[in-house]
Amino acid sequence: MKADASLDCVGLYCPMPIYQTAKKINEMKTGQVLEVIADDEGIKADAPAWCRITGNELLGIEEETGAYKVYVRKAK
Amino acid sequence: MKEKVTLIVFSGEMDKALAAFNIALGAASMGMEVTIFFTFWGLNVIKKNQGPLKSRGVMRKMLNFMNRGGSKRLPLSRFHMFGLGKWMMGKLMRNAKFPSLDEMIALAHGAGVKFVACTTTMGMMGVSKEAFIPEVDSFAGVATYLEKANEGKINLFV
Repeated sequence: MKADASLDCVGLYCPMPIYQTAKKINEMKTGQVLEVIADDEGIKADAPAWCRITGNELLGIEEETGAYKVYVRKAK
Repeated sequence: MKEKVTLIVFSGEMDKALAAFNIALGAASMGMEVTIFFTFWGLNVIKKNQGPLKSRGVMRKMLNFMNRGGSKRLPLSRFHMFGLGKWMMGKLMRNAKFPSLDEMIALAHGAGVKFVACTTTMGMMGVSKEAFIPEVDSFAGVATYLEKANEGKINLFV
């Protein structure tokens, strides 16, 4: 999936990936896509929850060996 | 309208404070308005690490000597082992790239989390406003907490 920006959260545990995602999304423009790479399994549940609460759109989560790639589109 | 979250930090142990700040930072990252009320032993979390703690009266002086506080002085609630356990926990945290309590306090403050210190405990224990880190936004009592808690759905006692 193509993204406008990428965030490396490998090695970080909750709540840091969510915190970093929120910070990065804040700097981006509406409609842009952020790729978050994380290896803490919690991100599989936390990224969708974060999107539901903040209203940003979850485009998908790709599982690779040892890492998850989360794609979020900034809503507003 | 932003969702409101209130946390009461009653405990003065590092692990418990970390749990509270973990939730606070998470909530702030979810776009929520977070207020943490520090009371009783929890005041130790937001005391400055440097400088003497001034207080009047023998009992208060004794208490503040034994209960100095400051984010770097907090013990672990379990396996503290005169500091050995805390040292090991600190090492594990650094290995996991997890922020220290100091860093968590700075991150939470930067994310807009409000810190409120309980004036009742301060008065009883003889702790002055100068004893606290500058990140503390206000000094208040139970009515302020209840008003905030009443506006939100998420309220925790740590």
